[in-house]
Amino acid sequence: MKICITILFLFLFTDATAKLWRVGAGQQERSIRATINKATDGDTIFIYPGIYKEGQLIITKKLFLKGIQYPVLDGEQKVEILTIRCDGVVVEGLFFKRSGRSSYNDIAALRIADCRNAVVKNNRFESGYFGIYSQHATAAIITGNRLQSDAKDEVSSGNGIHCWKSDSMHISSNTVTGYRDGLYFEFVTNSYIKSNTSYGNVRYGLHFMFSGNNSYISNVFRDNGAGVAVMYSKNIRIQNNLFADNWGGAAYGILMKEITDSRVEGNRFQKNSVGVMLEGSNRIQLLKNVFIQNGWAIKMQASCMDNSIEQNNFSANSFDMATNGELVLNSFKKNYWDKYEGYDLNRDGIGDVPYHPVSMFSMMGERNASSMMLFRSFIVGLLDKAEKMLPVLTPVDLKDHQPLMKPLKL
Amino acid sequence: MIIASNVTKTFGKLKALDNVSVMCSKGQTIALIGPNGSGKTTLIKSMLGMVVPDSGFITFDEHNILHNWNYRSRIGYMPQIGRYPDNMRIGHVFEMMKDLRKNSTASTDEELITAFGLDKLMHKKMQTLSGGTRQKVSASLAFLFNPDVLILDEPTAGLDPVASEILKQKMIQEKEKGKLILITSHVLSELDDVVSEIIYMQDGQLKFHKSLEQLQEDTGQQKLAKAIAQIMK
Amino acid sequence: MMQTMIKYVVLDLIKNRIILVYTFFLLLMSVGMFSMDENTTKGIMSLMNLVLIIIPLVSIIFSTIYVYNSSEFIELLAAQPLKRKSLWLSIYSGLALSLSLAFMIGVGIPVLLFDGTLTGWVLVLSGLFQTIIFTGIALLAAVKTRDKAKGIGVAIFLWFFFTLIYDGLVLLLLFQFSDYPLEKPMIALSMLNPVDLSRILILLKLDISALMGYTGAVFSNFFGSGFGMLLSVLILFLWSAVPVWFSLKQFQRKDL
Repeated sequence: MKICITILFLFLFTDATAKLWRVGAGQQERSIRATINKATDGDTIFIYPGIYKEGQLIITKKLFLKGIQYPVLDGEQKVEILTIRCDGVVVEGLFFKRSGRSSYNDIAALRIADCRNAVVKNNRFESGYFGIYSQHATAAIITGNRLQSDAKDEVSSGNGIHCWKSDSMHISSNTVTGYRDGLYFEFVTNSYIKSNTSYGNVRYGLHFMFSGNNSYISNVFRDNGAGVAVMYSKNIRIQNNLFADNWGGAAYGILMKEITDSRVEGNRFQKNSVGVMLEGSNRIQLLKNVFIQNGWAIKMQASCMDNSIEQNNFSANSFDMATNGELVLNSFKKNYWDKYEGYDLNRDGIGDVPYHPVSMFSMMGERNASSMMLFRSFIVGLLDKAEKMLPVLTPVDLKDHQPLMKPLKL
Repeated sequence: MIIASNVTKTFGKLKALDNVSVMCSKGQTIALIGPNGSGKTTLIKSMLGMVVPDSGFITFDEHNILHNWNYRSRIGYMPQIGRYPDNMRIGHVFEMMKDLRKNSTASTDEELITAFGLDKLMHKKMQTLSGGTRQKVSASLAFLFNPDVLILDEPTAGLDPVASEILKQKMIQEKEKGKLILITSHVLSELDDVVSEIIYMQDGQLKFHKSLEQLQEDTGQQKLAKAIAQIMK
Repeated sequence: MMQTMIKYVVLDLIKNRIILVYTFFLLLMSVGMFSMDENTTKGIMSLMNLVLIIIPLVSIIFSTIYVYNSSEFIELLAAQPLKRKSLWLSIYSGLALSLSLAFMIGVGIPVLLFDGTLTGWVLVLSGLFQTIIFTGIALLAAVKTRDKAKGIGVAIFLWFFFTLIYDGLVLLLLFQFSDYPLEKPMIALSMLNPVDLSRILILLKLDISALMGYTGAVFSNFFGSGFGMLLSVLILFLWSAVPVWFSLKQFQRKDL
C-alpha cells in the first residue's frame, strides 16, 4: 500500500518539467539547503541517509522531499528544522531530531504555515519542543508520523501535533508521546482525526477548544497526565475511540466543558479516574459506549441539560455516576448497569424497576473524601441499601427507567 | 518421691487447697479421699503442674516442678473425664501419645489395651464411643508408657465391673513393681486390697495421712469404707 | 514435638463436618460468583464481602468452640511431658492451618483459576490473614473466659465489632469532624482494624481509579507506596501474632 502511494506520488510529480534531485554522501548534492535553492516547483528531492545539520530550512516552492531510510535532520536544539510556506509541499520519511526550544517562541520541528494541501507523511520526530505545528493551514494531511519527546512538566514543553486556525485537516495514524498535549487544536474546523495514538503526554492526550464540526474516530488516548479535555465547541463527533488509564484528581477519560450538539458513540472508557466529565454541556448523545473499571463512569455537573445517555454498558466501575445536583433535565435510557439488582418479570430484557445510578456513598465521597476509607465496607453496604429504599441524600429523579438486564454487545 | 509443702490455692473466694503438705513415696498406693469439692482433684492437678499453687511448692524427686515439664514423662495420668477429638480413631490417639512421648526410653506397656479388648476397636472414631470405652482408653494411656508414677482420678467411675476388676489387678501388679500410685475415688469398697495409704481431705485441708493398718487400728474397722465412715461421723 | 501435635490436630480437623461444610460452601460461593458474570472483577468484588465478613465469623466462632470442646483433651495433653507453649501454639497452628486450607480450597484456588490477577492474589492473601488473625483472637477470647457460653458470646461480639461497629464509629467520627483534614487519622484508624486494613488493600487494586481521583489521593499515595504496603503487611502480621501472644501468656498461667 505504502509503495503504491509512493509510486502514485512519483507519477504525480514526475511530469515533463519536474526534476529529481539526490542529496547525500556520494550523491550529486551534499546540502539540502543548496538543493532546495536550486530546485523549482514540482521537483523531487531524495535525501539519502546521513545527519544533516543545516539550520532552519524554509520551503517556499512546491517540492516533494523524500527521505530514504530516515535521514536525520538535526536542529541541534536551536532551530525550527523545517517550515512549509507553499501549497502542495510533501514531506516524507524524514527523521527530525533535536529541534530548538524556546520559552517565548513556539519553536516546532516542522511548521506548516499559511498554505494549502501540505502532506506530512511517515516522518519521525524525536526530542523537541513542539512537534508538528500548523497555523492558518488548510486541507493539510498529517499521517503516519511518529512523534516522541521527553517533556517533564507542562511549562517547559510543547505539543505533539498543534493546529491553530486551520481548516479541513486530515490527521491520521500518528503516534504521539512525551509532549505536553499529544494533539492540540484551537480554532480548527471541518477536520477529520482518525486512528491516532496519543499516550504518555504530560497534560492531555487530546485538547481542543473553539473547534467545531470535527470528527474523532478510532483514536487511542491512554495514560496521559490529565486524560482528554475538550472545550467550547459544537457539532463534534467522537466515535470508537479508546480512553484508558488516565489517573488523578483532575484526570478524565474525557472532560467536556461547554460542548454542545455532539455525539459520543461507541467509545470505550477504561480504568480512568473519571470516564466522562460533563460541565455545562448540552444536547450530547452518549450512545453505545462501554464504561469499564473507572473510578466514576460519568460525573455530570448540574449545569448540563438535555443530554441523553442511552444504550451504554457500565461494568465494574467503582461508581457509576456522581453529580452535584438533580440532573433531571437529562435522559437515561436502556443502559446496562452491572450494579442493577432489579428483576424482569415480563422477560422483555428490561428491568421492571428503575435504576438509580448515583449511590449514597458516591455522594458521601463528594462531600468527604476521607470517607473513602469505608468504601465497600459492610456498614456502607447496609447504608447504601437503606438509601435505595428510602432516598435521602441521592437525587430521587435521576434514574434509568429502562435498565437492561444483560449487557449490550458493544 | 512427690512432696507438697504448704500448698495453698484459691479460686476466687473458694480455698481449694489450704496449706496442704503431703509426702508420697515409691511403692506406696495412696487413696486420696474426701467429699466432693474437698480439693482432691486440685491437689492432683497441682502435682501435674496443671494448677499453679498460690503459695508453697511441690517437688518431684527433689526438683521443684514449677516451670518444669520434663518430669511428667515419668507420670501416667488418667483424668476423671476423658474426652478426645471427635474425629480421631482410637488407634490415632494411641499413636499420637506414642509420637508425643517417643523420647521416653521405656518400652510401652500395652497389656491393658488387650485386656480391655481395645485392640479390636482401633478403627473406631472417638465420638462414637461410650463413656466407659473412653475411660478404658484413658486408663490404657496412663499405663502405656510404664511410668514410675500413676495418677488416677476416679479411675473406676463409669467402668463396668469386669473392666474395673481388670484395672484393679493392673494396679496391684504395678504396685508390686514398686511404683507410686495415687488414686482419688469415692467408691471405697473397691480399694481395700489395693491401697496402702490413705489421705483424707476436707474443705481443702489435709485431715490425715495414715497407712491402712494404722487407720484400721485407730478405728477398729477392717473395711476401708467403714473406717472412713467412722471418721466422718 | 509441635509438628506432631499440629499434625494430629489438623488430621482431626480436616475430618470435621463443619470444616467440610465450610469448605464446600466457600467453593460453591466462589464458583457461583465467577460463573454468574463473565466479568471477573465483579466476582472479585462479591467475594471480597465473603472474605471480609464470613471468613472472620467462621474462623472466630469455630475456633472458640473448638477450644472449649477440647478442654478435657487439652488437660490430658497438659499432663503429658509437653511445654504448655508448644501445646497451645500447636492448637493455634492446627486451627489456623485447617481453616486456611478450607479457605484455599474454597476461595483461593477458584480465584487464582478464574482471575489470577494481582487483585486476586491480594484477595486470597487478605483471606488468609483474616483466617489467621481471627483464629488468634478466638484463642484469646477462649482463654480469657472460662464459661463456654460467655466465651462464644465474646467471640461473636468481637466479630461484630471488627466488621460493623468499628466502621460505624469511624463513620460517626468522619461526620463529626468533617471540617478537619482527616486523611491521616483515617490511615491510622484503618490500621487498628484488620478487616479495614485488608479491605483497603483490596480496594487499592479494585478501585485504584477512584482512589486516585481524589485530590491529594492520600490513600493511594500512602498504601500504594512501598513503605505503606510494607507497613500494612507488617501490621497484619502483628495482628496475627499479638492476640496469640497474649493468649499464650494467659494460657501458660492458666489453671486447667
